[in-house]
Amino acid sequence: MLNQYPMWKNVLIAVVMFFGALYALPNIYSQDPVIEVTGTRNATVSDALQAQLEAALKNNGITPKRVELSRDKLQFRFEKPEEQLKAQDVVAKGLSGDFTHAMTLSPDVPTWLSGVGGKPMNLGLDLRGGIHVLIDVDMDAAIEKAMEVQVANLREFMRNEKIRYVTVKSVSTAVEVRFRSVDDRNAAQVKVANEFRTLVFTDREEGPNAFFSAQVSDAELREVRKSALQQNITTLRNRVNALGVAEPVIQQQGDRRIVVELPGVQDPGKVKDLLSATATLEYRLVVGDLQQARDAEKSGRVPAGSRLYKERDGTPILLKRQFIVTGDQMTSASSGFDQQGGSPAVFVNLDSKGARRMRNVTTENVGKPMAVVFKEKRTVGRDENGKPIKKWVEEVINVATIREPFGRRFQTTGLDSPAEAHNLALLLKAGALAAPIDIVEERTIGPSLGQDNIDQGFTSVMVGFALVLVFMAFYYRKFGLVANVALAANLVLIVAVLSIIQATLTLPGIAGIVLTVGMAVDANVLIFERIREEMRVGSTPQASIHAGYEKAFITIMDANITTLIAAIVLFSVGSGPVRGFAVTLAIGIVTSMFTAIVGTRAIINIMHGRKRLKTLSIGGLN
Amino acid sequence: MQLLKTNSVIDFMGKRNVAMIFSAILLLGAVGSIVTRGLSMGIDFTGGTLIEVGYTQDANLPSIRETLVQGGHGDASVQQFGTAKDVLIRLAKSEEQSSSTLSNEVFGMLSKAVNGQVELRRVEFVGPQVGDELTEDGFLAVLVALMAILIYVALRFEWRFAVGSVVALIHDVTITIGLFSLLQIEFDLPVLAAVLAVIGYSLNDTIVVFDRVRENFRKMRKGTSESIINSSLTQTLSRTLMTSLTTILVLLALFFLGGEIIHGFAFALLVGVFVGTYSSIYVASTAALMLGVSKEDLMPVQKENVVDDRP
Repeated sequence: MLNQYPMWKNVLIAVVMFFGALYALPNIYSQDPVIEVTGTRNATVSDALQAQLEAALKNNGITPKRVELSRDKLQFRFEKPEEQLKAQDVVAKGLSGDFTHAMTLSPDVPTWLSGVGGKPMNLGLDLRGGIHVLIDVDMDAAIEKAMEVQVANLREFMRNEKIRYVTVKSVSTAVEVRFRSVDDRNAAQVKVANEFRTLVFTDREEGPNAFFSAQVSDAELREVRKSALQQNITTLRNRVNALGVAEPVIQQQGDRRIVVELPGVQDPGKVKDLLSATATLEYRLVVGDLQQARDAEKSGRVPAGSRLYKERDGTPILLKRQFIVTGDQMTSASSGFDQQGGSPAVFVNLDSKGARRMRNVTTENVGKPMAVVFKEKRTVGRDENGKPIKKWVEEVINVATIREPFGRRFQTTGLDSPAEAHNLALLLKAGALAAPIDIVEERTIGPSLGQDNIDQGFTSVMVGFALVLVFMAFYYRKFGLVANVALAANLVLIVAVLSIIQATLTLPGIAGIVLTVGMAVDANVLIFERIREEMRVGSTPQASIHAGYEKAFITIMDANITTLIAAIVLFSVGSGPVRGFAVTLAIGIVTSMFTAIVGTRAIINIMHGRKRLKTLSIGGLN
Repeated sequence: MQLLKTNSVIDFMGKRNVAMIFSAILLLGAVGSIVTRGLSMGIDFTGGTLIEVGYTQDANLPSIRETLVQGGHGDASVQQFGTAKDVLIRLAKSEEQSSSTLSNEVFGMLSKAVNGQVELRRVEFVGPQVGDELTEDGFLAVLVALMAILIYVALRFEWRFAVGSVVALIHDVTITIGLFSLLQIEFDLPVLAAVLAVIGYSLNDTIVVFDRVRENFRKMRKGTSESIINSSLTQTLSRTLMTSLTTILVLLALFFLGGEIIHGFAFALLVGVFVGTYSSIYVASTAALMLGVSKEDLMPVQKENVVDDRP
C-alpha cells in the first residue's frame, strides 16, 4: 500500500510522544516559594526541629502549604511569596547557629513523576529574578604578587648560600639580580639554577656590573593565573554559601573571568558588596588571660602594645598589636588530622618571608597561645547619601597553643571537629581573594519583573500559537488540523527536551520557541502545497499525498539545516541571552522535523491510508 | 482557500530591473542612515549602566530628574518604559566609580525621594571592556554564520546560488539594521540575535526557491533560465507567503504581548521577515541569474539521486 506506515513506525511515534508528554508534564505544576533549612557542622534536621519551627510559624499566623523533611533538608512550602518572606524572619529567629536557611523556588511535582526523573525546566534569572555578575580577576596583580614571592625566595636562597649580590628585583616576569663582577655572577648562577630549575637565565653586563635575569617559565605563570582564578572561585563560593542562596552558580568563564548567578536574591547591593569584599587573615600572639581581657573591655584601657579583639562568641581577648604573618604570606592551606594526637588540624604553608618570621616568633614563644584573626572589609551601613560605609571587621576565629617552633609549614589544632578544620582551611585558603576582582558586567532582575516576564512570555506564546492554529485550520482544512496536532506535539517535545537536558529557559528562549512555532508550520506548508500541486496536475489523492511528502522532504531538510547552522553559530559565538535563544531554536528545528514530517504523515496515513479517495480536504483545489 | 489563484506563470524576472532599483534605494537609504545617523547602540555594546525602577504610582519624571541632578547624576537619561509606572534610567559611564556601587547609590537616592515607594526591577551594567568584546563577538557571529551558509549552499547547490543567497542575506541584514538606525531604536544583544535569526529565516526562504529552481532546471526541457526561474518562483509563491504569514502572526503576538524587553527583538524579526520574503523572491534569484546560472550548471550528474525520483 502506498500510504501505510509499518507498525513499528507508528509505535515509535506513540512512544516518543508518550515520553515527551511525561517529561513535559512537570512544567505544569506551580513553582512554590520554599524555605529550605539545612544543618551545618554536625547538626542535622529532625522531626523535633520541624515541630518547633511549625509551632513558631503558627504563632505568627503563617500556615505553610506543606512541610517536607528529608535526610538532609527541611522544606517549608508556601502559597505566596509574601508568606515566604514573612516566614523567613520567623525561621531565622527560631534557628540556632548550626542551621542555615535559604529561600528558593521549588516545583510541586508529584512523587511518582519526580521518581521517574521528571523535572521542570530551569527558569533563567530574567524569569525568576536574581542577580548575575561577571567578575574579572586582576591577573596582573596576581602575577605581581607571585613575582614578589619569587624575589623573596631568591634573595633568601642567596643569603643562605652566602652568595654575594648587589640587588634583586623583579622586572616584568623575570627576577633581575645585579652582581659586582662577571665571576660573582657566573658562580651564583650555577647555584641558583641548580636550586630553581624552572627559571630561564639570560646574562647582561653593564659597565662594571654583571646581571642575570631569571625568567619565570610560561608554564609557571599559567599555573599562577590558574590558581589565582581557582582560589577566587573558592572564595566567592564560600561567600555565596554564607549568604544562604539556594542553587547558586559560580563558574569559570574564559581564563580570567568568573560568573556568579544567584536566583531570587532580594538585595543585590548587599550581594555585590559581599562578593567584592577584601578579606585577610592575621596571626597574632595573645597577651594576658581572659580576666585581663574582660577588665580591658570594661575599662576601655588596654596594656601597651596590645589590642582588644573579640572571639566569634563575643569573648574578649587581648592580642599583640604587631602581627606575626598575614594571609598574604600564605601559599596554601588544607585540613587533615594531627599526626600525634589524631585530632582535626589545619595545615598552612607560608612563603619564605612569612616562614622566617614565624620561626623567629614561635621559637621565642613556645607554650604560649597564638590567635588567628579573620579580617574583612564589610559594608556596615550607609551614610545619609546612600553611600556604603565600609569598615574592617575583625574577629578571632581560632586560638591555639604553640607547641614547638615552626616555620614554612605548620598546623593549627584545637579544633572541635574535622568539619570545623575543613571550614577553617577553606577560610584560610578562601578567606582572602587571591587577586583583586572587578565586577565587569551585572544583570539584576527584580522578582516582580521576573514574574511579568513569565506572564508576558507565556501569553505571547499562547496567542501566537492560537493564531497559527486558527489560520492553518482555515487554510488547509482537515490537513490544517493535522498540522495543528503536530504543532502542539512539537511544543510538548520542545518543553520535554528542555526539561530533560535541564536547560535554562530565558526570555529570549521563549522568543525562540515562539519563532519555532511560526517556522514549524513551514514544513507542513511545503508538504501541503506540494500535495495541492500534485492534485492539480491530476494525480490521485493517494499518489498526491505520497509525492507531496516525498518531494517536499529534501527541501525541508535543506531549509532546516541552514537554519540549524545559524543556530549553532549563534550558540558558539554568542553569550548569555543569545545562547538561550539559539538552544530553543535548534531544539525546535529538530523536533519540528519529527512532528511535521513523520507525525503528520502517520496521522494522515491512519486517516486516509487504506481508503479509495476521490478528493482531499486540503483546501485550494478548485 | 487559496492565497493566490493562478495557473499562469508570473513574470517575476521581467520586473527585476524595477526590483533592483527598489532594492538599491533601500540599501542606499540603509547605508546612508547607518553612516550619517549611526546606530543607537545599547549598553550591551557601549558599556554603561541601566536601571529600571517601578513606582507604585505613576512616575513623576521631572522630579526623578531633579533627584538625580541633586545626587550628581545630571547626565543620566530618564524615560518612561512600557507603563507609566516604570522608568528606565541610563547612566553615563563613570570612570572613578565602579558601577556595581553606582546602581546601588542611584537606587538609594530614588528610593529615599519617594519614601521607598519604588522597587528595583532591573539593573544592567556592562563594563566598557565587556562591551567591546560583545561587539566583536557579535560581528564575528554574523560573519561566521554567513561564511558557513555560503559554504553549505555552495556544496549543496552551486556557487552562483551560494552567492545569490548571501547577497540576499546581506541585503536583508543591511536593511534591517538600516531601519534601526533610521528610527534610532536601540540595538542591543537580543536585537543582534534577531538579526542572526533573520539570516536563518531569509535563507530558509531562499533555499526553498532555489530547491525548486534546481528541480525545474532538471525537469523542464524547454525554456530559458529566466522562464524557469519564473515558474519556480510562481510555484513556491503561495508557500513563501503562507510561511511568512504564520511567522508574522506569532511575531505580532510577541511584539504586542511579549513585553518591553523583547520589543526590539520582535521588531527586528518582523522587519527581517518582510524583507527576507521580498529578497528571496527578487534579490536571490536575480543575483543568481545575473551571475549566469543556467541549466547546464545543474544538469551534470551530481551525487544527489535523492532529488531525482525518476524510476
